[in-house]
Amino acid sequence: MFENMSIETLQSYWYIIVSLLGSVLVFLMFVQGGQTLIYTIGKNEEERKMLVNTLGRKWEFTFTTLVTFGGAFFASFPLFYSTSFGGAYWVWMAILFPFIIQAVAYEFRSKPNNFLGQKTYEWFLIINGLLGTVLIGAAVSTFFTGSEFSINKTSMINLTDPIISRWEGPANGLEAVLNWRNVALGLAVFFLARVLGTLYFLNTIADENIRKRSKKHLLINTIPFLIFFLSYVIALMVYPGFAVDPLSGTVFMEPYKYFHNLITMPGVLILFIIGVMLVLAGIALPLLGEGKRGSTGIWLAGPGTIFTVLALFLLAGFNNTAYYPSTYDLQSSLTIHNSSSSHYTLTAMSYVSIMVPFVVAYIWYAWKSINNKKIDAAEMKSESHTY
Amino acid sequence: MIESVDLSTIDWSRAQFALTAIYHWLFVPLTLGLSFLIAIMETIYVKTGDPEWKRITKFWMTLFGINFAIGVATGIILEFQFGTNWSNYSWFVGDIFGAPLAIEGIMAFFLESTFIAVMFFGWNKVSKGFHLTSSWLTAIGANLSALWILVANAWMQYPAGMHFNPDTVRNEMVNFWEVLLSPVAVNKFLHTVSSGYVTGAIFVIGISAWFLLKKRELLMAQRSILVASIFGLITSLFLAFTGDGSAYQVAQKQPMKLAAMEGLYKGEKGVGLVAMGILTPGKKAGDGKDAFLVKIEIPKLLSVLGYRNTDAYVPGVEDLIQGGFKPEFSPRPAQESAIAISVEEKINKGRTAVTALGIYKEAKAVDDKAKSDSALKVMKENFPYFGYAYLNKPASAIPNVPVTFYSFHIMVALGVFFILLFIAVLYALKKKVLEKQRWLLWLSVWTIPLVYLASQTGWIVAEMGRQPWVIQDLMPTMAAISKIDASSVVITFFLFAAVFTALLIAEIMIMKRQISIGPKEGGTK
Repeated sequence: MFENMSIETLQSYWYIIVSLLGSVLVFLMFVQGGQTLIYTIGKNEEERKMLVNTLGRKWEFTFTTLVTFGGAFFASFPLFYSTSFGGAYWVWMAILFPFIIQAVAYEFRSKPNNFLGQKTYEWFLIINGLLGTVLIGAAVSTFFTGSEFSINKTSMINLTDPIISRWEGPANGLEAVLNWRNVALGLAVFFLARVLGTLYFLNTIADENIRKRSKKHLLINTIPFLIFFLSYVIALMVYPGFAVDPLSGTVFMEPYKYFHNLITMPGVLILFIIGVMLVLAGIALPLLGEGKRGSTGIWLAGPGTIFTVLALFLLAGFNNTAYYPSTYDLQSSLTIHNSSSSHYTLTAMSYVSIMVPFVVAYIWYAWKSINNKKIDAAEMKSESHTY
Repeated sequence: MIESVDLSTIDWSRAQFALTAIYHWLFVPLTLGLSFLIAIMETIYVKTGDPEWKRITKFWMTLFGINFAIGVATGIILEFQFGTNWSNYSWFVGDIFGAPLAIEGIMAFFLESTFIAVMFFGWNKVSKGFHLTSSWLTAIGANLSALWILVANAWMQYPAGMHFNPDTVRNEMVNFWEVLLSPVAVNKFLHTVSSGYVTGAIFVIGISAWFLLKKRELLMAQRSILVASIFGLITSLFLAFTGDGSAYQVAQKQPMKLAAMEGLYKGEKGVGLVAMGILTPGKKAGDGKDAFLVKIEIPKLLSVLGYRNTDAYVPGVEDLIQGGFKPEFSPRPAQESAIAISVEEKINKGRTAVTALGIYKEAKAVDDKAKSDSALKVMKENFPYFGYAYLNKPASAIPNVPVTFYSFHIMVALGVFFILLFIAVLYALKKKVLEKQRWLLWLSVWTIPLVYLASQTGWIVAEMGRQPWVIQDLMPTMAAISKIDASSVVITFFLFAAVFTALLIAEIMIMKRQISIGPKEGGTK
């Protein structure tokens, strides 16, 4: 069935899958956001234990999504993988480091004789929550603001220097934080993750103090989130973007490119609007409602986040747009057409993608069966395996 | 000024990859093996309803969790390093290599991470049957992820199911099944996961032996040893069988690696297998020195292992460099003449291919079809030697012989020892004398570090033995790296070294404490 599709259709299909994985990743970063709040919302060891344990039952989903996002991007758009990871070396290293220390922090935190001490592992969680969100947000922003790199595939014939892509920016990617728009999106993702973190606490923990503080910090983090997010979106609409001439493949700057994309693709516009509305509704629910309804905000804001981020990714790559633009050499910019895998590989991978709904289904089933009861202080004492 | 790649970037990128892979492989084998042992123990619990089995299962599960987290932490670095440090490689073969990595994520990682949560937190939340299923799915997920990454690794050792596309300047997949089911991939997967099973078995036996020595938890220890030694014996025999299969594949596809594994410089017919030996220090190919100071050899065995024939000709390092012999197998059927050519000729052919690629690209740019067609023909004829173009001298095609030789022999000797240990433990258990055989119990405890050594040396043979190739014959390390400063890689190397080492110390300390605490509560459900 996939082998009869055109290469363009397969490229679009895979760009959507990768974008969807990226969007789910941003939603699942409620774990990172929650990690930055363990001292703010947890005022004593018992409260912190509940917070860490409720996050600890989900951290692997976020981690695995990140790894799969990387793998899927590699398989479908290998030129992006090679150019971005090999060039923006320091950004990616700075993103990966916090994930190493996160992976052990949960398991080691409360174990006796753990070498570095409980506080250190808690700080590992906070560092991961801070750097992971800000830097991933900033890295995604470069899809709209561009990076400084050049690609020349015929370098392969140079026997002493056959490397095809090189980074021309001064700091191997770290220069991205000098652009205020990248910083704004990084901070928007950071505060959004904290918002989602508080919504997740409200959903899974039955403890009055934690609920009260979660609500307070939900409000506190919503304000900067909205400021950074709205300024980013407004800037996105008014700045020029990286357009591609569909016939020649030439990349050029087009004023209001992303605004044009939004109105030429009404489906994306609707997705974006619904996404933003759902996030706002998810935030409003616990602030306005009490009881059961007040704890379900995550189920609105979560899908809302996925829709919004997905819409942003589609704005970056569809409608003849270069999704990973180079400001150093416009013609080196990556489009979904010039950076993808072959028709054969995309076809083979598409068959594998049929499994995704099954994966989502069993994750859902397992999630429900573990979360059917809220965490409370009593469970922390009776449960044999806690973090 | 002619730009050239920074040689120290290659060395530091290799060092960083080796560091990450070595650390990763300290944790993964135990995950592979212990996950199945836990699933077996839990199955016994569900079948018998005996709460002691639940207690046993939960004890090993605690140790499993401590080990698992750090395997995940090192794994993420391994994956992204293909991009960060080997970006040219990621483009040149990403069309083939990326797919297994993505499939690994979709098929295996989610399975593993979803059901591991049920395994740890589901005891009081889900039914016994669902919990048991989760334990099995965790084990299957872990082993499935090993499958895909090993398929990817095997493809680098024996590139199959692809062709080179001169327009995109990369290799592209043409047959997924040839990539997945290549004999090297199948063998590598089976050999590697069974090494993990043996690791799990020896870990369980060693720690249980410690309990017996301390006269604690006798029932738990004996039951654990029983399960682990049966599992270990079966899997270690299978490990030896697949090890033999590996040697057979290496003889056909990577003859230089085989020569290095055996320290064989001059080939001959009916070559023996070195059982033990000391290499002459400073020996170089072609210097006429004897390769060994001393060696004990089993006659004809290398010819049998490599070619299933007592009189088969096994080429040595020098023969492979100089060519001129008639190979029993050609690495690429129909692409190599009956008589092997020298590495120098291969370098020339590789350069002819690269030059033809350049002519093709130029002709294509100006639409000169006749010229581009003829260049393409030349390029295709010489493409099997493409990677040789980047070697600056024939000797660059020789891997580090001493490292490969000693690693191989340590691995094989330990493999034989493990089989004997499993037999001895099972025999003592059957005769009900295991508790009194303190020497055997101590030997079991001290075999734990040895199983890790065997595992690591196995990977050293596989990866050092194939140097200089990232992809056999098609891309050497030099052409695979990223364009980054060596100083950046030096910094990240030491950062990784510090973090991984700190985490390893933490893991060992936590593990030791959890073992001495022992199994906690009795099974109540």
